[in-house]
Amino acid sequence: MRTVLGRWQTWAGFGLAAVVLFGVAPVVFSDFRLSLLGKFLCFAIVAVGIGLAWGRGGMLVLGQGVFFGLGGYMMGMHLKIADAQVFGNEVPDFMQIAGVRELPGYWAPFASPAFTLLAIVLVPAAIAAALGFGVFKRRVKGAYFAILSQALAAALAILLVGQTSLGGSNGLNRFRTFFGFTLNDPANRRMLYFIAAGVLLVVVAVVRQLMQSRYGELLVAVRDGEERVRFLGYDPANIKVVAYTVAALFASIAGALFAPIVGFIAPSQVGILPSIAFLIGVAIGGRTTLLGPVLGAIGVAWAQTLFSERFPSEWTYAQGLLFIVVVGFFPAGFAGLGVLLKRRRKARGEPGGAPVKVPDSDPDTEKVGASS
Amino acid sequence: MTHAEAMKPEPVAGGNVGMGTEYLEVRGLTVDFDGFKAVSDVDLTLFQGDLRFLIGPNGAGKTTVIDAITGLVSATGSISKSGVELLGKKVHKIARAGVGRTFQTASVFEQLTVLQNLDIAAGAGRSPWTLLRRRHGVLPAIEEALEITGLTDLAEKPAGALAHGQKQWLEIGMLLVQNADVLLLDEPVAGMSHEEREETGNLLRRIGGERTVVVVEHDMDFMRAFATSVTVLARGQVVAEGSVAEVQANPKVQEVYLGTAAAGASSLGDAPSELIEENS
Repeated sequence: MRTVLGRWQTWAGFGLAAVVLFGVAPVVFSDFRLSLLGKFLCFAIVAVGIGLAWGRGGMLVLGQGVFFGLGGYMMGMHLKIADAQVFGNEVPDFMQIAGVRELPGYWAPFASPAFTLLAIVLVPAAIAAALGFGVFKRRVKGAYFAILSQALAAALAILLVGQTSLGGSNGLNRFRTFFGFTLNDPANRRMLYFIAAGVLLVVVAVVRQLMQSRYGELLVAVRDGEERVRFLGYDPANIKVVAYTVAALFASIAGALFAPIVGFIAPSQVGILPSIAFLIGVAIGGRTTLLGPVLGAIGVAWAQTLFSERFPSEWTYAQGLLFIVVVGFFPAGFAGLGVLLKRRRKARGEPGGAPVKVPDSDPDTEKVGASS
Repeated sequence: MTHAEAMKPEPVAGGNVGMGTEYLEVRGLTVDFDGFKAVSDVDLTLFQGDLRFLIGPNGAGKTTVIDAITGLVSATGSISKSGVELLGKKVHKIARAGVGRTFQTASVFEQLTVLQNLDIAAGAGRSPWTLLRRRHGVLPAIEEALEITGLTDLAEKPAGALAHGQKQWLEIGMLLVQNADVLLLDEPVAGMSHEEREETGNLLRRIGGERTVVVVEHDMDFMRAFATSVTVLARGQVVAEGSVAEVQANPKVQEVYLGTAAAGASSLGDAPSELIEENS
């Protein structure tokens, strides 16, 4: 499909996305809606990573809330310290209320903006890489990996609830400034949205390169026949670790943007439910494609906001139904549906241009002769 | 490769290289599945340029021998490839040492094109930098493999759309670009039409001249037409070894295949392919 589109069409696509995100959206939407869109873009950033790890790599990452939370909390800690400094306090407001007079030791380094930004990138990546090596080298995969990643999300959420020095179940909230800019100012909130939009474009470009590179082909090969790849002289664990780490990194960055855009980060953004919610948009949009996860994540989040304002209870059922229908009947999501229609049109003899690639319709089944 | 191509050595029993040959030497190979010895004390010596067939009735341990050589199951004994001990190494390390294999069910990457399949097979030693860039053009080794396997016209087709025989040829092509000099093929012609068998056999003769090829097979006609040497396994042990004629004349082999009653009556060939259909 993408081979048909020339290089200029790719650039045109990115250009169009940039125009929509940077030009049209700020004009069309109110500040409130724009900020909402910023939140959705954060989910989309997570989704791009899930698309790579799950759609292309076959790793059902059910615990992306962990990395989202890590990024969010690290950013939140820095913002709280910065706020306290602005007001001349020793410790953030919620600690004062709790009677804490001194900043806990592990908070201290996050007073530095550079350290915080570096940690947001390095800590989740390092954790994901270490975890990935431990898990994939032992050939843990499929449902076992999914359960493991989900258990991790549950564990972290429970851990966070118990941490009074991290705000307990309320998490960190009421951020006033963002690297020196007051968050009350609509212009600064708009800037946050622009940052999220810019990050999304970069993240999509990175994953596009990964998908089209030899690594991307190898990743699909590992997804469809891990054992076969092993017999070709590769260690599949290394290949999977890269995709898993990239997905974790994206989730962390998204969390770090989510905290200032939405104004809080809490255990409720870390646990099982949000981790699954990340997945829904990806599945509906089409996990094996580049843009499917992005559009799916934004679309589902948007629909959720729209419908839950009017029909709060019905929406949950509708979302569940949509998820079941898509996963059950269109495993490749809406993007896969598009490819399918194109193929059918071609089969009827209409000129369809260049040959259409076989859709990655069922990436979960592993066909390997080695298992017998 | 071109100078070797010009010579076009034919595979012969015992190898066609003589001194300085590449070899695979298996000594005392034993595979124990919780007390059940699937393979016990098997010795095999394979020289470069030998097209060896590994035959035997069901459950003889033919596939298990291949599994042990490629590191899929753990075994005791010794497996040496031109002096390098393979036993105990990880699967991907053994593959990098130049031992390639195929499986009973063709296992190509169906979502990827023929070209992508071959490119992946050729790339085990690639640097991260190369991996992160896009594929440009076709490597000469891949072009050659496409030609040898007759898949040049299908290079851009998804491997899943290939016919059964073509998938097996693609797998063999992947072993070629993988730069394996020991090729272990597990029933490469199972389920193939007569013409496809013929072509596969010729393909094996073409590539077998410069490599060590081991074929696990049930099809006796195929074996007789293309083998240069044969090893017969039964109940995890080597029963006989030699040329096709020697093995066929061996009473022990006839006994293994046909039972004592029929031993004198029939030559090896017709009955076994009827008797033995399933995989070991």
